Amino acid sequence: MLGLALLGGCADVWNNPYPGEGAGEGILYSAFISRPKHLDPVQAYSEDEATFLYQIYEPPLQYHYLKRPYTLEPAAAAAMPSVLLYDASGKRLAPDAPPQSVAYSVYEVRIKPGQMYQPHPAFAKDAGGNALYQWPDSERLGDRKAISDFSDTGSREVVAEDFEYQIKRLAHPHLHSPILELMSDYIVGLRDYAKKLRDTAAGAASVGWIDLREYPLSGVEVVDRYTYRIRLNGSYPQFPYWLAMPFFAPVPFEVDRFFAQPGMAERNLTLDWWPVGSGPFMLSENNPNSRMVLVRNPNYRRDETYPCEGEPGDERAGLLADCGKVLPLLDKVVFTREKESIPYWNKFLQGYYDASGVSSDNFDQAVQMGGQHDVSISDEMQDKGISLLTSVAPTVMYMGFNMLDPVVGGAGERARKLRLAISIALDQEEFISVFLNGRGVPAMHPIPPGIFGYREGEAGVNPLVYDWVDGKPRRKPVSEARKLLAEAGYPNGRDLQSGEPLVIYLDTTGTGVGGKAQVDWLAKQFRKIDVQLVVRSTDYNRFQDKIRKGNAQLFYWGWNADYPDPENLLFLLYGPQGKVKSHGENAANYENPEFDRLFERMKAMSDGPERQAIIDRAIAILQHDAPWVWGFYEKAYSLQHGWLHNRKPGRMIRNGLKYQRIDGEARAVARREWNRPERWPLLLVALLVTAMGLPAWLDYRRRERATATVNEH
Amino acid sequence: MFGYIVRRALYALPILLGVNLLTFALFFVVNTPDDMARMQLGAKRVTPEAIENWKAERGYDKPRFYNDKAFGVSKFTDTIFYDKSLKMFAFEFGAADDGRDIAEEIRSRMVPSLAIALPTFLLGLYVTVSLALLLVFFRQTALDFSGVVLCVAMMSVSSLFYIIGGQWLVAKIWQLVPISGYTGGLDGARFLILPVLVSVVAGIGANTRWYRTIFLEEVSRDYVRTARAKGLSELRVLFRHVLKNAMIPVLTGVVVVIPLLFMGSLLVESFFGIPGLGSYTIDAINAQDFSVVRAMVFIGSLLYIVGLLLTDISYTLVDPRVRLE
Repeated sequence: MLGLALLGGCADVWNNPYPGEGAGEGILYSAFISRPKHLDPVQAYSEDEATFLYQIYEPPLQYHYLKRPYTLEPAAAAAMPSVLLYDASGKRLAPDAPPQSVAYSVYEVRIKPGQMYQPHPAFAKDAGGNALYQWPDSERLGDRKAISDFSDTGSREVVAEDFEYQIKRLAHPHLHSPILELMSDYIVGLRDYAKKLRDTAAGAASVGWIDLREYPLSGVEVVDRYTYRIRLNGSYPQFPYWLAMPFFAPVPFEVDRFFAQPGMAERNLTLDWWPVGSGPFMLSENNPNSRMVLVRNPNYRRDETYPCEGEPGDERAGLLADCGKVLPLLDKVVFTREKESIPYWNKFLQGYYDASGVSSDNFDQAVQMGGQHDVSISDEMQDKGISLLTSVAPTVMYMGFNMLDPVVGGAGERARKLRLAISIALDQEEFISVFLNGRGVPAMHPIPPGIFGYREGEAGVNPLVYDWVDGKPRRKPVSEARKLLAEAGYPNGRDLQSGEPLVIYLDTTGTGVGGKAQVDWLAKQFRKIDVQLVVRSTDYNRFQDKIRKGNAQLFYWGWNADYPDPENLLFLLYGPQGKVKSHGENAANYENPEFDRLFERMKAMSDGPERQAIIDRAIAILQHDAPWVWGFYEKAYSLQHGWLHNRKPGRMIRNGLKYQRIDGEARAVARREWNRPERWPLLLVALLVTAMGLPAWLDYRRRERATATVNEH
Repeated sequence: MFGYIVRRALYALPILLGVNLLTFALFFVVNTPDDMARMQLGAKRVTPEAIENWKAERGYDKPRFYNDKAFGVSKFTDTIFYDKSLKMFAFEFGAADDGRDIAEEIRSRMVPSLAIALPTFLLGLYVTVSLALLLVFFRQTALDFSGVVLCVAMMSVSSLFYIIGGQWLVAKIWQLVPISGYTGGLDGARFLILPVLVSVVAGIGANTRWYRTIFLEEVSRDYVRTARAKGLSELRVLFRHVLKNAMIPVLTGVVVVIPLLFMGSLLVESFFGIPGLGSYTIDAINAQDFSVVRAMVFIGSLLYIVGLLLTDISYTLVDPRVRLE
């Protein structure tokens, strides 16, 4: 208590978790729950990693911050890449040539001159122009354990060769890039290149730096200092989306060489830990167990400005107020690790985090639901100036049928009707309401709203599961499901031939809060059609194993789109992607030759009515075959304080920190007002201790002074 | 005593080997190297080739215990068990699955763990021993009875309740300290107050009751009656004589945990955002990082053995009748 009084006695606020950092400065305070596994741009793929990596690396393209649907625009590139199509004989084709006639396509990217990397010791040079920190052994490394321990730094201009170098890194045998296999199908020569590097690494005496500049890759060509070309097999219109990811951001060879020196990895000095980029921020503190800090990159290009146009309504929302201002608008971003939701939420309410998600624990405190399932911010939050942002994420959650299963799988009519009956019986609307607090939109097919191919209104409804009534979709009655079940040969849930009750097995990892309740709810849904559900709970590894081997019957799965194109969602049901057959992402092992043909046509097309028609047809096939119980599209809720500006929901836009702005003064005032320490409990505790101790002391004194008595008996 | 220590150290070797073997077997029963590779490589677009490469690079493609394709002693040394587990006897912990050096990580995380555990241990010991002696002083009175009831009530409550309740009351309602977080140096003290306070309070019930039982047994001995007959004050009797003579059972419970203070607390570190070894272990288990799990189990068992040895040695310090031979 005395310590408390001494530590906080002189300050207005005692509970500030950022000692030494001013609330009034342009610092954004955020939290992260899971530590990033990788920060190397050829390896990082998850959302936890994207939070940091997209601020540090700048790939050729990015999404426009405000426009919806998502629109690509140049980032490190000077303009959108030009695409040239060629046939098998090398003859140039028209841009609208049929995809099947395209033998290869060439993307030419011209980058902006004058872009510089963040200051880093890998670029530091001695008087002779040689790398300052390039040593033959680890002895001269001394006791350096962090990048900040290297006193000298340097920088250099970003050039086309750095983009080429990074594409080559995709094939590096020790880096295990998750997109190597995919890109090997497209980038000319990448598969052979990977093999060559593997052989080189295997033949090397020690694990060291492989100078990728000495190994040419036929699919990538540096035209001049600022221009490079990527040559792809066939037509791949989705390729520009990949150019908006750090997989294709520039990495200078000096950095790779710097970190490959002896002794570096042993001290955790690796590119996977200390990213080096040309983006708006750089990582200045990396303790992913506790705190990670991004600071403004002083070398970031000055021509990147806040957008001046967006969607209708953006101006009213104040999202265009910073039009034309040079980015980034923040000086620093402090990420603190919060493993538990309770401290995270309370610190947000105290003003120590500028934004927060809404978890089930705090949903009722943050959000109030209207009669028509409309949501608004609660009065308590409103009084604090907190606002709510909602958006539908490009994520689809579903329950998959294993199409290799003899009961629910296959192309036969019996199994199809059974799948449809289950699809109708499982009331997704109820699930979303009960378990997600309304944070979901019932899915009709794999494509979520906001992505080309999704249709609003009656045209977008799955007619086999829903009726269109009074301008709204209404789930078909259970009687319809029972009828389908009877047609499938299971009247009243019993096999017509054997008389045995129909038992469906759900494989799940169903642990955690609410797992049991969800299982009970599911069993209740199946009971509506007299089908017995047996839940086989298992750990994640065994579950994955079952899916890989095709031993599951029914399972939950989900997909978070890599980019806003229907190809990245419909491929989840593309036959050659079958999980059992080819370890692909088609976990249901669905295969329909007509759907596959339509998918192949659609994926090579540009957005337009023709593509929409093909998507409509493909979706109709999926709805007919029902390989999934179409679950829901996730709805993301986010809260932010009034002093945080320019936040617009959009899961695809992962480099959004540079656009955000903080009103530091308003935050400092609010923090002071909201965090006045209650000093009286200290006094109360002192009084209580005294009150408890005093009688004991008095009693002790009494006993000590008492005269001895003799028991006469 | 030196001979005794050497003998105990030698006994420790088969125990550590057994612990290693058990950890290894248990881990690989539920977790194959393929699972570990998938966990590291991510959920999306992982190919069988990438998994094989990952395993080969980290030596997980070898047989587990016996390599029938190798020759001579390599049949045993060219295995995962030898590579991953036996090398730890030379304190070679190697790298975690994410490439980070485990020894370096342990060194850096030991300080935050100790920053919580050491004050908790010392303060907790002081508070609970004092309270126990107080209850003994007022034995068979209403105060003693109330104290015991309170202790039973306190030890019946989950430690999670103390953590969440403490955060809610002290940090959220009274706003006296930060809810969670950690920083080094003097500034870090404000982050330590609440977790230390919560940990001490959470331990009061069980420990006070345990020490009270020990002291009660001691106060009924003849030497205590003699001390009182000589006219010594009750406080002097309790703190000078009873406490000293009750040291053997006290030390049995106390000294053994001293080395384990380095290992940190799983729950407290997680809720208070302390980047210590407790949260390191939890993260490793969640990430199925066998390299870290085996290192932490090895260190934990080693420290436990050291704690037991220290306990034995401490007996000789408080009781001259005890000799280690």
